[in-house]
Amino acid sequence: MNAVVNLIRSRAVVLTQANIDTDRIIPARFLSTTTRSGLGQHAFADWRKHADGSVDPDFALNRPENQGRSILLAGRNFGCGSSREHAPWALTDAGLRAVVSSQVADIFRANALKNGLVPVVLDEAVVQALMQRPDDELEIDIAAGELRTPGGQRHAFALDAFARTCLLEGVDELGWLLAREADIQRYETSHRETSHVA
Amino acid sequence: MTTPRTLFDKLWDAHVVVPETPAAPAVFYVDLHLVHEVTSPQGFTDLEARGITPRRPDLTKATLDHSTPTLPADANGELPYHKPEAKAQVERLRGNCAAHGIEIFDLGSEHRGIVHVIAPELGLTQPGMSIVCGDSHTSTHGAFGALAFGIGSSEVGYVLATQCLLQRKPRTLAITIDGPLAESVGAKDVVLHVIGHIGVNGGTGHVIEFRGSTVRAMSMEARMTLCNMAIEAGARAGLVAPDDVTFEWLSRTPRAPQGRAFDAAVKRWRALATDEGAAFDQEVHVDASRIAPAVTWGTHPGTAIGVDQRVPEPADAAEAKAQAYMGLQAGAAIAGTPVDVVFVGSCTNGRLSDLREVAGVLAGRRVHPRVRMLVVPGSEQVKREAEAEGIDRIVRAAGAEWREPGCSMCIAMNGDLVAPGQLAVSTSNRNFEGRQGPGARTLLASPLTAAASAIAGVVADPRSLAATESA
Repeated sequence: MNAVVNLIRSRAVVLTQANIDTDRIIPARFLSTTTRSGLGQHAFADWRKHADGSVDPDFALNRPENQGRSILLAGRNFGCGSSREHAPWALTDAGLRAVVSSQVADIFRANALKNGLVPVVLDEAVVQALMQRPDDELEIDIAAGELRTPGGQRHAFALDAFARTCLLEGVDELGWLLAREADIQRYETSHRETSHVA
Repeated sequence: MTTPRTLFDKLWDAHVVVPETPAAPAVFYVDLHLVHEVTSPQGFTDLEARGITPRRPDLTKATLDHSTPTLPADANGELPYHKPEAKAQVERLRGNCAAHGIEIFDLGSEHRGIVHVIAPELGLTQPGMSIVCGDSHTSTHGAFGALAFGIGSSEVGYVLATQCLLQRKPRTLAITIDGPLAESVGAKDVVLHVIGHIGVNGGTGHVIEFRGSTVRAMSMEARMTLCNMAIEAGARAGLVAPDDVTFEWLSRTPRAPQGRAFDAAVKRWRALATDEGAAFDQEVHVDASRIAPAVTWGTHPGTAIGVDQRVPEPADAAEAKAQAYMGLQAGAAIAGTPVDVVFVGSCTNGRLSDLREVAGVLAGRRVHPRVRMLVVPGSEQVKREAEAEGIDRIVRAAGAEWREPGCSMCIAMNGDLVAPGQLAVSTSNRNFEGRQGPGARTLLASPLTAAASAIAGVVADPRSLAATESA
């Protein structure tokens, strides 16, 4: 069973840029690992540090007021690019639990959900408005499928029913698939003649 | 009468083990699972943690491409890995394959290479299949009419364990490209043009089927370039319906069905094409005759312009930031921009036809003294065939480096790097900030444009070389 995720309450870290790609989230030179752990220190490495290795104090995740925040508000099409699951591993290891954007790339979204990182997709205008008030404590309610602001606004977001169940009940997807063994065997038997790999 | 179906619908229907419901995605069967050293170790670890072994090692094929050096072994036979972690990934995959009886195209194998180059070469990639790999450019295999897409490392574990994934059915997008291509314009220019047209998120949630007379006239290699970059438009996958061009390619491969089995397969494969009257969720039409050799000016692949055009005025702050990063001035001609590095290779443009085009430009010429040019064959087979034609000699005589096969400078995790601030013209697929190394600036282009730029020392229109020749 995976960790249960039902409510995320935090102020937000804001990255306004659209099309933040997976090479931004974690550059390829940090993919030379055989484990999932310890990647948080490399999240947004080339934004966090200047080319000479010094820390950029102005980068959102480096600012003191943003430490400990677990909601990322990001520009449209977050997570585009590669299939590297190292991207959500780095973000969760850096303490993030949700990404709020007007669009989240497909493979990144699938990878995020497997790691308890919740993709919250809202209208661009709503995301823009939220970005103006990063110090508001936001509440992301998985069961209700809504993001709430301290001002009483409630923004419904779509989350696949299965993904929601997995988050709320800590369903282990691989365990769920392994339990379909009889169906898989039946499929393989009936499709044997069109299986071609030699 | 049955409802007309698209190629995608047929591929989807054929791989549903358990249909999707509102409560749960479909259980989707995988015919071929390709594995490489960077995204697979964690998947294998997940199986070990449960005490289970790969369900169908026979449907899993592995190779080494991302972390491997492109310089040859030293006198002691030692490969020059640029860091121990890279070697550890290679050894980990070897160990996993040995432990579970998975076929690996290892270093030293005549079939090793970039995973998306070797599977089509071997005929492992076949029409009608579902193919996945922990790599977003798995979309390449869609050129054969296979439903092929990238997955994360957890999903690599799912496929190893069950040969299945949980999938919601994507929507469909038909991109119909008609008309003849102009001189010096190829599939890379077409796909950069298409991404510029629909946007880097224009394909999100969709599987793209590339259709039309331009696509029909393309070689398999060109179709692979096209489908390879479907992911750069955010699409789940790219597809081209199989036809005689596809079957001719497969008839020369060792792992496709042989003899009578091949004929039977062709009959099955022909039926995959989209039925007359089948509906797509979205349709886009592109006039190919208007496409010029393309280069990108920004930091995502949706920023292509004709190489003879000017850098556009930035539409917003993000575009202004991208132009500042690239060191390009709005309103200035992009041709003539000084170039430091030219990279030819990758799963996008590292096949034999690409290297032939490059050799055609380099023959009898010298790479500009300012430029470092790397030519990296996509596979051992590409390298062998290119060397048999003397392409390696032309590349070396021009002053460029001829390397061993691998992903190399496309993902820049094996030590092949563009230095900070340098400007590279690359035949690869991504021009993200820092993609080819921290601070590196990348212009995406076709092999012809890359080669012309290497000679000129500046971003150059490949048609200008042709003009020089005829003058």
